[in-house]
Formats: sequence, structure tokens, C-alpha cells
Amino acid sequence: FFQYCLSGHPTLPCNVLKFKSTTIMLDCGLDMTSTLNFLPLPLVQSPRLSKLPGWVLKDGSTFLDKELKECSGHVFVDSVPEFCLPETELLDLSTVDVILISNYHCMMALPYITEYTGFTGTVYATEPTVQIGRLLMEELVNSIERVPKAQSASMWKNKEVQRLLPAPLKDAVEVSMWRKCYTMPEVNAALSKIQLVGYSQKIELFGAVQVTPLSSGYALGSSNWIIQSHYEKVSYVSGSSLLTTHPQPMDQASLKNSDVLILTGLTQIPTANPDGMVGEFCSNLAMTVRNGGNVLVPCYPSGVIYDLLECLYQYIDSAGLSNVPFYFISPVANSSLEFSQIFAEWLCHNKQTKVYLPEPPFPHAELIQTNKLKHYPSIHGDFSNDFKQPCVVFTGHPSLRFGDVVHFMELWGKSSLNTVIFTEPDFSYLDALAPYQPLAMKCVYCPIDTRLNFIQVSKLLKEVQPLHVVCPEQYTQPPPTQSHRTDLMIDCQPPPMSYRRAEVLTLPYKRRYEKIEIMPELADSLVPLEIKPGISLATVSAMLHTKDNKHVLQLPPKPPQPPASKKRKRVSDDVPECKPLKPLLSGSIPVDQFVQTLEKHGFSDVKVEDTAKGHIVLLQEAETLIQIEEDSTHIICDNDEPLRVKLRDLVLKFLQKF
Amino acid sequence: LVFLLLGPGAGQDVGRSCILVSIAGKNVMLDCGMHMGYNDDRRFPDFSYITQNGRLTDFLDCVIISHFHLDHCGALPYFSEMVGYDGPIYMTHPTKAICPILLEDYRKITVDKKGETNFFTSQMIKDCMKKVVAVHLHQTVQVDEELEIKAYYAGHVLGAAMFQIKVGCESVVYTGDYNMTPDRHLGAAWIDKCRPDLLISESTYATTIRDSKRCRERDFLKKVHETVERGGKVLIPVFALGRAQELCILLETFWERMNLKAPIYFSTGLTEKANHYYKLFITWTNQKIRKTFVQRNMFEFKHIKAFDRAFADNPGPMVVFATPGMLHAGQSLQIFRKWAGNEKNMVIMPGYCVQGTVGHKILSGQRKLEMEGRQILEVKMQVEYMSFSAHADAKGIMQLIRQAEPRNVLLVHGEAKKMEFLKQKIEQEFHVSCYMPANGETTTIFTNPSIPVDISLGLLKRETAIGLLPDVKKPKLMHGTLIMKDNSFRLVSPEQALKELGLAEHQLRFTCRVHIQDPRKEHETVLRVYNHLKGVLKDYSVQHLPDGSITVESILIQATAHSEDQGTKVLLVSWTYQDEELGSYLTSLLKKGLPQSTS
Repeated sequence: FFQYCLSGHPTLPCNVLKFKSTTIMLDCGLDMTSTLNFLPLPLVQSPRLSKLPGWVLKDGSTFLDKELKECSGHVFVDSVPEFCLPETELLDLSTVDVILISNYHCMMALPYITEYTGFTGTVYATEPTVQIGRLLMEELVNSIERVPKAQSASMWKNKEVQRLLPAPLKDAVEVSMWRKCYTMPEVNAALSKIQLVGYSQKIELFGAVQVTPLSSGYALGSSNWIIQSHYEKVSYVSGSSLLTTHPQPMDQASLKNSDVLILTGLTQIPTANPDGMVGEFCSNLAMTVRNGGNVLVPCYPSGVIYDLLECLYQYIDSAGLSNVPFYFISPVANSSLEFSQIFAEWLCHNKQTKVYLPEPPFPHAELIQTNKLKHYPSIHGDFSNDFKQPCVVFTGHPSLRFGDVVHFMELWGKSSLNTVIFTEPDFSYLDALAPYQPLAMKCVYCPIDTRLNFIQVSKLLKEVQPLHVVCPEQYTQPPPTQSHRTDLMIDCQPPPMSYRRAEVLTLPYKRRYEKIEIMPELADSLVPLEIKPGISLATVSAMLHTKDNKHVLQLPPKPPQPPASKKRKRVSDDVPECKPLKPLLSGSIPVDQFVQTLEKHGFSDVKVEDTAKGHIVLLQEAETLIQIEEDSTHIICDNDEPLRVKLRDLVLKFLQKF
Repeated sequence: LVFLLLGPGAGQDVGRSCILVSIAGKNVMLDCGMHMGYNDDRRFPDFSYITQNGRLTDFLDCVIISHFHLDHCGALPYFSEMVGYDGPIYMTHPTKAICPILLEDYRKITVDKKGETNFFTSQMIKDCMKKVVAVHLHQTVQVDEELEIKAYYAGHVLGAAMFQIKVGCESVVYTGDYNMTPDRHLGAAWIDKCRPDLLISESTYATTIRDSKRCRERDFLKKVHETVERGGKVLIPVFALGRAQELCILLETFWERMNLKAPIYFSTGLTEKANHYYKLFITWTNQKIRKTFVQRNMFEFKHIKAFDRAFADNPGPMVVFATPGMLHAGQSLQIFRKWAGNEKNMVIMPGYCVQGTVGHKILSGQRKLEMEGRQILEVKMQVEYMSFSAHADAKGIMQLIRQAEPRNVLLVHGEAKKMEFLKQKIEQEFHVSCYMPANGETTTIFTNPSIPVDISLGLLKRETAIGLLPDVKKPKLMHGTLIMKDNSFRLVSPEQALKELGLAEHQLRFTCRVHIQDPRKEHETVLRVYNHLKGVLKDYSVQHLPDGSITVESILIQATAHSEDQGTKVLLVSWTYQDEELGSYLTSLLKKGLPQSTS
């Protein structure tokens, strides 16, 4: 039982578990923070960006000035943005049997794994995960492909060169592993390998292992996974939430009795309260709009945006914002809004009840109907005709490196009336803003991360009581910027086992049992014997059949008839073939009764002598000696087989067989 | 395993479904249907079989509803609120959403219009629905520690499901109504190879192998088209949910393609709401609709508009879908009365009609109908019947059996003669027993389950290691001790069994004196014995130890000189009871003496 850790990002995990004879990949997160080192991709030619000076080394050499540009003291790579892939060298990924996906954010590296490593297995995910995951990938591919960039920088990646660069480029890890975005055909190929599953569906893998997705409460269709055999249970907890937002609540009870609980995807902002952040979001938004400014909300096309729209739905009338247009711009905006309404079964109870009426579960349907919310595939086309200011724009990508958000940053950045509100917690907002400095627009940071915080984790662990906890190393120490906050780490007994990128962990559990089936015919032939009250034993001699990792016991075949051979029988024909298969014996022999039995069976000259440990029974005529002790009996006799067998059977009468 | 049908239930009759299954000590009720053909007590199943022995809640472990049709769920409020059941009721989300609406609708017709009493109330429907637990497809629902159920897609109507009921190794699959071919709005039923002990299948269309759906559709479109062309009006009485949506999609696409202008109306009430359910539960429809719903939601109809009762008098052609489906009340009947007198018009009945309804009367050829107030209505309009109900036909039933591989099949919800034919076919093709009990008849099916036990990994590994042959698939003989304690079964090695029970092993040893005539010196005798044994026992480990003794496996042989006779040597052969066979064999072998030729 091993765990291979392919990603160092605690909320975008990628681990491989070797469990019994199966190789299971848990999530395939794509670390996109690498894109922060790149210049934004503007949809419309940006004079500011194109005029940025090339970066010059301290010694004045300029050989990198085509690849690296400087902006407000930061250095950026002028190239198509690249992503940091999970480790591919730690083990042969073509041996992965299945991939389990826990939520749509944790599948973004899937095309890299399924299309480039020789992977031939199956991917399991829930329907909302697949549908929304597809939308996220589509948006990503679309926003990168529609801005063709001729240049692809690689010189800076040279180890010798990278050493000379300023931070954070100097410290960027595994830059040689960074890859450009996949294409839509690759996305489609990857998604075609997915098999849809439902919560609490038991999926058999090769007869050896059963995997089950459980609701994790974090996003539409998000799941934790149970990986178990008959005797071992590993719980994989990834991106879970106990807050009541739109998804179905987290299933905690099914995580009980785990041997190992792998814990990933905790909140990235443990000090912020999501409810408070939503409040701040609304008040900042209202204030800006009232002052005649525009609000930009960089966001993913699904997830928290549904909750934000719902809050705004309740808020806008009371805040007097009824006439302010809300724009949602994304190539998948329409799909995302539509899809959110059809997953009734994956929603929290309140929303399910609405569907029973039947009404759309999310109020953004009404916002659209009343024209308060409008959605567009991009800033081109209809949007440019409808566009009215002041307004609120929801658009991606939260990294501010590609997507329509780049356009709005350039457009609104110069005015202090405007505000950009960061709600997605995946990127540091200061790093995201760096290539836009100096900025006049206001920046508000309201990260909304509904995933478990450390208080909830410690409560959860107390509740479900796993024998061992495994987690990324980041969770075993306080955050680097708040080293005094020892409450911001996992506290459990025994202390968690931690992992980091490219490490292999041996998971601490021992199997002791396996399931086997006894066929009815064999079961009928067994003779149980009650040894102690309530405990019976039966000796079993049977044929063991093993197929597809399932074991079955059947009646042994009848002993074959001796072949009617005409050949002279050789001595060796009589050599016993099977291993001797006599049962173990237990009990002790009461000497007096034994002697009586002997006499009853015609031994007249029985003499008993006491010894230190027991007795010796002598049969003088037969020149036979029987040593009887508490735990042993020794029959010493002449080579008189009938006699020996008779004595043997008399002794056996007093003993129990096992 | 016991199986039983309740009252005039679902046996050899299409009237209603209500089946009681006992499996490994668990009692499960499958569906709780109402008979539309009766207006008295007989419409509900008779639960006295259960209640005579106590409360329903104590007897039943759970109730499962397969889909929202009233012949499958119509008696549910009566059962839970009037007879009294407080346990869990399982159904899928769409069924849970739609079922109370149909129940309320039916209640209104029965109580408010017909003025019947002794019927369930609106509040009872609400209270009953509170006991419902919604299930996902393929989710394993643990009803209690032993009983689990799992839903599979059944087609038929929105949210229809087949259910697997499992206790330990024993399982039953109940199909409810299902459809093995996808239609315009739903997908085909599907089940995995779950090998249940018993498959309970509906058999409404047991003998029919229906003509292709396309033909029926073409026929339908042709008739509608012709009527509209000659300026006639088409009335299609439907139930709000199910076939209505399929026919709407059909007409909508046809109108689009043919660029037809005649208006299509959908009678108000349930119907708009119904389309909404289809939109929100679009994941339950077929692949095609699901894939394209963002671009075009198939349940947002361009050509089909809401009906107003004033429209019925409009001149010119039109098509109207109106409820209810059997022309027994409401809007469909009103329109029918208005249009019946004109031979240009047409009424198309797309489903089954219960006896006593206007629908049934006109389908059986009656053309003069007595309406209330002794008024006689002469029917001149054309009357067409067209079956669009989505049940599996014989081919579909066989296909499902092939998918699930049951050990026994039981047919319900069909007509006796047709079922008999299918039964023979099933027994011939699959060599499994097939039953077709009458209403109220009990069928018992014996299962012979294998018993799962826990085997210690040590024992399993030891047994697999003994087989030195690389062929792991070859069966091996194994020995162990089964410990049975508090219903748990564990198979361990005999040593471990002794240890766990705190018992000491009793060692039984034999030492036999074997006399051998050999004048040579002791060590030479030993060497001769050694060579002899080595020659005979080729597959055994025979060793000559430095202390002068010989071992054969764990059997010890020592030689001493005879105290009196120098020419005789005494071999002491010593073995434990576990080596009994080999020990016994060795003494008899040595008794025969050593071969002369050995030098």
C-alpha cells in the first residue's frame, strides 16, 4: 500500500494509490499559479503591454529581452502562459487503472494524463463534475487559443539562466515540466474516458477493490471517495464543505472506520469567514456603483458565482441597484447558467424542494428573465452594443492572465472610481495585479473559500476517527506568513503523515483477512462442534479456486479410483501423494479412564507408573509404552501396525480435532 | 426466499401493481398501485394479509415505488395514512416531484367532482410524501444494516426506475414498467449483469413484438396531417405527463419540417407545469435531448401554445392536446362534445382506456353516447387508436433477462395467456425457472447462497504458496478451521484457531521399533536405509544428519543395535499424528527389509 504524490499543491492534488492489486489516481489537479509569471494575453492589442521594456541583466546583457519584460519592478515571461503539470516521472502512469475525480476544479490536468502517458484505464466522476469540468476546460482553451501568440519563450528555462533571474522566476519549480494548454480535441478525448457515477454508488474494480463517491458539499457533484476492500478502508477527502451553499450537504457518516484518511483541499484562506466576505463583496459592489464606478469580478464560470448571484438577487432591490446591469461574460456563460438548473438531485434540500414545485432552483433564472443579468460569450458582438456603464462584470480568468478580464483591467484600471473585487481564492491578488501596476482602480480582496477550515477538520476527525491521517505537508505546520498561528494546522493523534511533491509514502496498515466464499455443497458437509458456549469450530478441507481476485471454496473432488494398470505395481506407486492432512489435536487424556478403556478393549496387563510430568502406561505383553503428559502423548511400540492403529484410535477418542 | 402478491394486485392483470417480497427475512413492498377500473374498495390493494398480524410499519422494512403512474403509486396515501405506515418509502427524484401532483389531481376528480367520500385528503398526500426518501440512479441505499436497494434507469416515463433489492448474497430485481428502446424523449432501460436470484418483470406486451416505432409515428403524423389539410380539427386526449411530451416533440419537429401553419394547443392546467418538470429533470431524458438542451430545450415548444376554451369554437384546422386521457371528464371531454358531430374532425386515443369511460366506449365502436341529462351525442368524427405507451415487448423482456442474468424469472402485470407463451420462451432460451403467479398467490423460490467467510491472509497466502506451480488458476486443496462465533465466520489455520481459543495443542507421537536383519555396522545400516529411502521417496526430502539419524520430511529414524542379536538392527521410526500417513507408510516399507542389491 503506497501513495505516490504527484502534486505539491494542497488544493489541486494528484496522488496515486497502490491499493491491493490496483493503481488508483486520486484527482488530477492542474497548478495554474505558474501563469502568474507570464504577461497577460490581451484580447485587443494593448499599447501599454506591448511597450513594456525588455529585461536586462545586471551586467547589462540583453539576450533575454525578447522573452522577459519588466513591469513596475516585476519581471514577466512574454509568452503563451504555461501550467505546472503533475509529476510524470515518479511512476509509469500507463499503469494507472482508474482515476477518481472529486470535483471539477481537480480534473483540469486530465487531458495531460489521459492523452500523453499511455493511460488506458477508466476515469470516474459524477455527471455535474464532468459537465462543469468540460465548461471550465472549454473556457480555458478558448481564452488561450483565441489570442494566438507567436512567441513561445524557452531560453529563460535553462537552469543556468534561471539562476540569474529575479524572484519569483528564480524560485519557480520544475519549469522544464511546464506545458502549454491542451486543445479541444484532447479535452474531448479525455472526457470520453469518463464513466459517470452517482453518490453512494459502489463500483467494483477488478473484483478486488470497491470505490464509492460521497457527497462532499463543496460544489455541484463534488465528491469524496471511499476506497475499500472487505477489510481495509481508505477515505479520500478532497474539497469538502460544511457550509450550506447550493450543493448537497457533505456525507460525513460514511467516512467512519477508515484505516487511512487522506485529507486534501482545505480552505486556502483559513482566516476569512465566507459569510463575512460575501457581505463585504455586496457592500463594496454597491458603494462603487453608487459612486458611478464599474465593478469587475474575476471569477470561474461556475461555483461561487451562483452563490454571489443569489446574494445579489436578494440584495439589489434593497440596495437600490435594480437598474444596474450585471454582465456575465464567458464562452460558457450560457451553458453554465443552464446546467446549474438541471442538477436538482445534486443540490441542497431547499433547492430540491423548489424543483418539485416546479421552479428553477437558482434565482438567476429570474435575474435573466427580468433582464437584470445578461450573459455573453465574449466582449465582441452583442455585448459591445448592449454595454452600459456603470455596471458589474463577472468574467474570467481569476489569474488575470487571459480571458476577457484582461480587457476590463486595461479598460477600467486607470480610474479610481472602478473596483476590482477578488472572490476566488486560488491566486494571490497582489501577484495577479502585478503586471497591471500602477493601477488607479480600487482593489478589494474578499476571498470566498467554503472548504473546510482547521476547526471543522479537527471536529470531523474526532467524529469519524480514522486510524491514520495523511495530508500535504502544508497542513502540518502553520502558514509561513503566520507562523505563530499553531491553530492553523491539523492537530490529531497519531500525528498526520505528511507528503510533498514527488514523494512516495508507505501507508500504515496491515491486512489480516480476505473474503472467501464457501459453496453451499461444502457448507452442508461441514460438521461444526461447539467448543465453548457460543463458539463452534469446523475443520474445512476444500478446493480453493481463485478467479478475478475472488476466492471460492468447493468440495474437494472424490479421490480418483486407482488406475487399473496391468503393469507390475512398483513400490513407489504406494507413496502417499497428498501431504498428510491430519488435524491438530487438543485436550488432555485422563489416565484412569484411558486405562479403563484399554482394559475394555482387551489389554489385561496394563500398568501405570507416575512420572514427574505425567504417567507412563505399560502394556507389558505388547512391549508397548505410552507416555501421557498434559499436552502430549507418545506411543512407543513394536512395528505392529494393527496394534498401533488400535492404540491411536483409543487415544484420539479423548482428544478434540482441529 | 418467499415471494408473495397482494390482493387483486399485479399478477395476471394489467390493473395495478402491488407486490410483497420477503427476502432473507426482510419484507419489501414493491409499488402501491390503484385500480382505475373500480370505484369502490377494490381499487386499493387489500393489506389485511399484513395487518391481521400487526402494524404495517413493524412488518415492512421499506416500500419502493417504481414510477409515478397511478396504477403503481395511487394507493400510497391510503396505505401510509389511512391504513398506517411510517417506514421509509423510496422513489427517484422525478417520481417524488410528480407523484403528489398526480395524486392530488386524481383526488380532485374523485372527491370534488364525483363527490366520493372515504378517500384520502390533500393533507394525507402531503404527509405521505414526507415519508418519501428520494434516491439517485445507481446509488446503493442502505435501508438498514443488511438490506440495500439500488435504482436503475427504466425509460417508460420520466423518473421510472427498476430496483435491485439485496440482502447479503440474495437479491431480487423488480422492473416496474420499462422500455428497452429509446423514444423521442426518454432513453432505454439498462441494468448491469447483477445476476439476481429473481427478476420480477412486467409483461404488458408479453407476446407482441411491436412494429417499429417509426411506423407508428409516421402513421400518427399522416393522420394528423390529412385531417388538418382537409380543414378538420384533431383532438388528442392525453395525461399531462409522459406520452404527451413525446407526441408534442413529434408534432413540433414535423410542423417545423413541413412548415405547417395550423395551430397546436396544449390544454392548460398541469401541462405547462409538466413541461417544466421535463426541463428541470432533463438529465433523465435521452442522450440527444440532454446533449442539445443548452442550444435548444426540446421542451420549449415554438408551435405549441396554451389552449383557451374559447379556441375550441375557432374556425379552421387545429390540433389540441387535452387532459384527461380517457375522455372521462374535464377539458378533453368538453372539446370532444363540441367536435364529435363533424366528420372532418378526428380524435386520436394514444393509450389504454379503462372500461366505463367515454374513451373506452368510442374505441369499442359505440357511436351514440348517452351524456348526462339523457342527451344523446352522436359521434361522427373519426376515432383512431394508436398505442404509444412505452412498455417492453417480448423482445425487450428477453433482452433485459439477457442483461441481468437472473436465476429465476417471475412475470407480473400481464394477461395470463400471453404470459404463458413468454414463460415457455424464457424457460427454453435461458434455462431458468419462470413463474407467473395469479393475484394473491404466493410463490416461494429457494435460493442456495454460498456463505461468505473471512479467511486469514496468512492461511490464504500459505495455501497459495504451497502450489509451487506457476499456474495460479489451478484449484488447490486447502485446510483450515472455521470459527463460528456470534454470526461471524472466520477461516483460519488450525494453529491459529487453537491459539485464539486459548487451547494448547496436544501432541501425539508414535515411535515404532522396526527390526532389520543386517549384520553390518550401525552406520552402514543407516547408510543403506538412507539410500533405499532416497531411491523410493523421490519427491520427499530425505536427509542423513551428522548425528547418524535420518529424516524424511519431519519423521525421524534412528538405528541402534539389538541388545541381544548383533545381526539385527532396531530402527526407531518416530512421527507425529500430523505425519500419520507417511509414518505408517515408512514402517511398512522398512518392514519389508532392505533390497539385497544395495551395496
